Amino acid sequence: MSNPILATHGLCKSFGALKATEDVSIDLRHGEIHAIIGPNGAGKSTLIQQISGALRPDAGTIELLGHDVTRLTTQARARAGLGRTFQVSALAMEDTVLENVLLGALGASGRPWRFWRSVHADKTQKETALAALERVGLADAKDQRTADLSHGQRRQLEVAVALTLTPRAFLMDEPMAGLGASGSKQMTGFLDGLRDEAPILLVEHDMDAVFALADRISVLVYGRIIATGSVDDIRNDAAVRAAYLGEDA
Amino acid sequence: MIGERYLNLLVLAALMAVPLWALAADEPFTITLATRAVILALAAVGLNIALGMGGLVSLGHAVFFGLGGYAMGILASHAQSYTPLELFGLTIEGTKSMPVIWLTAIIISALAAWGIGLLSLRTSGVYFIMITLAFGQMFYYFAISWSAYGGEDGLSIYVRNGFPGLNTLVPIEYFGLCFAVLCLALLLNARLQGSPFGLALNAARQVPARVETVGLDPMRLKLLAFVLSGAITGLAGALFADLNRFVSPTMFSWQLSGELIVLIVIGGVGRLMGPVIGACLFVTLEHWLGGITEFWHVFLGAILLLIVLFARGGIVGLLTGKEGPHV
Repeated sequence: MSNPILATHGLCKSFGALKATEDVSIDLRHGEIHAIIGPNGAGKSTLIQQISGALRPDAGTIELLGHDVTRLTTQARARAGLGRTFQVSALAMEDTVLENVLLGALGASGRPWRFWRSVHADKTQKETALAALERVGLADAKDQRTADLSHGQRRQLEVAVALTLTPRAFLMDEPMAGLGASGSKQMTGFLDGLRDEAPILLVEHDMDAVFALADRISVLVYGRIIATGSVDDIRNDAAVRAAYLGEDA
Repeated sequence: MIGERYLNLLVLAALMAVPLWALAADEPFTITLATRAVILALAAVGLNIALGMGGLVSLGHAVFFGLGGYAMGILASHAQSYTPLELFGLTIEGTKSMPVIWLTAIIISALAAWGIGLLSLRTSGVYFIMITLAFGQMFYYFAISWSAYGGEDGLSIYVRNGFPGLNTLVPIEYFGLCFAVLCLALLLNARLQGSPFGLALNAARQVPARVETVGLDPMRLKLLAFVLSGAITGLAGALFADLNRFVSPTMFSWQLSGELIVLIVIGGVGRLMGPVIGACLFVTLEHWLGGITEFWHVFLGAILLLIVLFARGGIVGLLTGKEGPHV
């Protein structure tokens, strides 16, 4: 087994008396989708924010491609190969769809300090941006204002922006959030193929999607990982059933 | 409804036509008024980079306007008294050359904007407004107490500074010079809006979290916008001082910072011609209504109120039927 692409070791984070993250150690291996599930308030968002760089853990380390990134800023982690998507779409609503993916391509190039030439002048960046739109099926909407997109299209654009960075690991915060049955199915199909490009750490509420996609699942309850294993392991784990899947499993 | 491109050309054409008409009709004062509008527009074009693109509501842009003014005043006063300026052991000759004065004004304002931006950008929202206001007041009171350069009374410069190949004392020639500078600043602004930097800055205003996750630093983008913005407003300050041949601490006053914001809001925040339309309207009202009543600001306030309530895109938004960026 090769080294994990992304790993946390003994991550802890408290807010006052509340232990939002307690000794969390997870890893993301080459070519897999590792889902993190847990009831509301289990600390999924806090965990994601620590991995992405928005929150600094009280203790523990985060490794990306074998490098300690615990003290790096969000933008440095992005440059190191972490591609994040947001639970609530974080898109420039006043800009066009194409401009949103161009921003990703621009960030990947690391050269935003150009004041005179047009943002459309760089052919490589534009191709990267268009290719990402093509892959999520938004190519026809490229000139639309992002604010005019449907919710489902915004979710697709959210993923497209992450694609432009050609990340080494994806960190996806509820990509199915708010999608209908068909939208969810479509996104599931897309993410299924994506794992071969870069592994995905997937935080998701949609259990059908999680069971369909995940190679491994970790269950987070009250800030702790109570179980990690294959889909079948988790389905049959007594502690998980008690703590989380409960009545509907 | 009119396309924004046509509106822009129309505004520039009108702004050029008025002084030409005044020249033919022998109304030199109108040329001076038009020059004043052009210079205020330039100052606001500068602020519009920080405000419209970066979403930075700076209530301290008079700092850069004043620094530009004092850069001109200090250099020219040393030139007219034939005494060199002693600064940190350096001996600097005064100058009456506009290009040198402009460059000085731009560099000093940019440096000040960098320092002020570095501290102010740690805050946002109302705290950012307050901290920029505080910097403005610091410079204002410093200028008042700086007796070597006139203190509260300000500094008079007897002859307008020179520009190679022009007689700057002829009103229409000085207007032409200022108008050309404004056009250059507008061209820069237009290119900026369509550039990679403009795209990243616009995104940093709307969704800073997104900009971080694509590997860019929203703070650095905003800081650079603030520096560019301050430099242009500083240049406008130097031109304004030369128009009046007078510099005083009022160039640093917070009322001026406020007026710059007001005229951008009236014209259209983040729109290329927003500051120009706002400045023209402002100067026109100031002159005509100011001649009727000294309470002309009441009318300005009423216009501002109507715009804010019913036309968030300002006059440009109203005429083009397109709402501008939200700040």
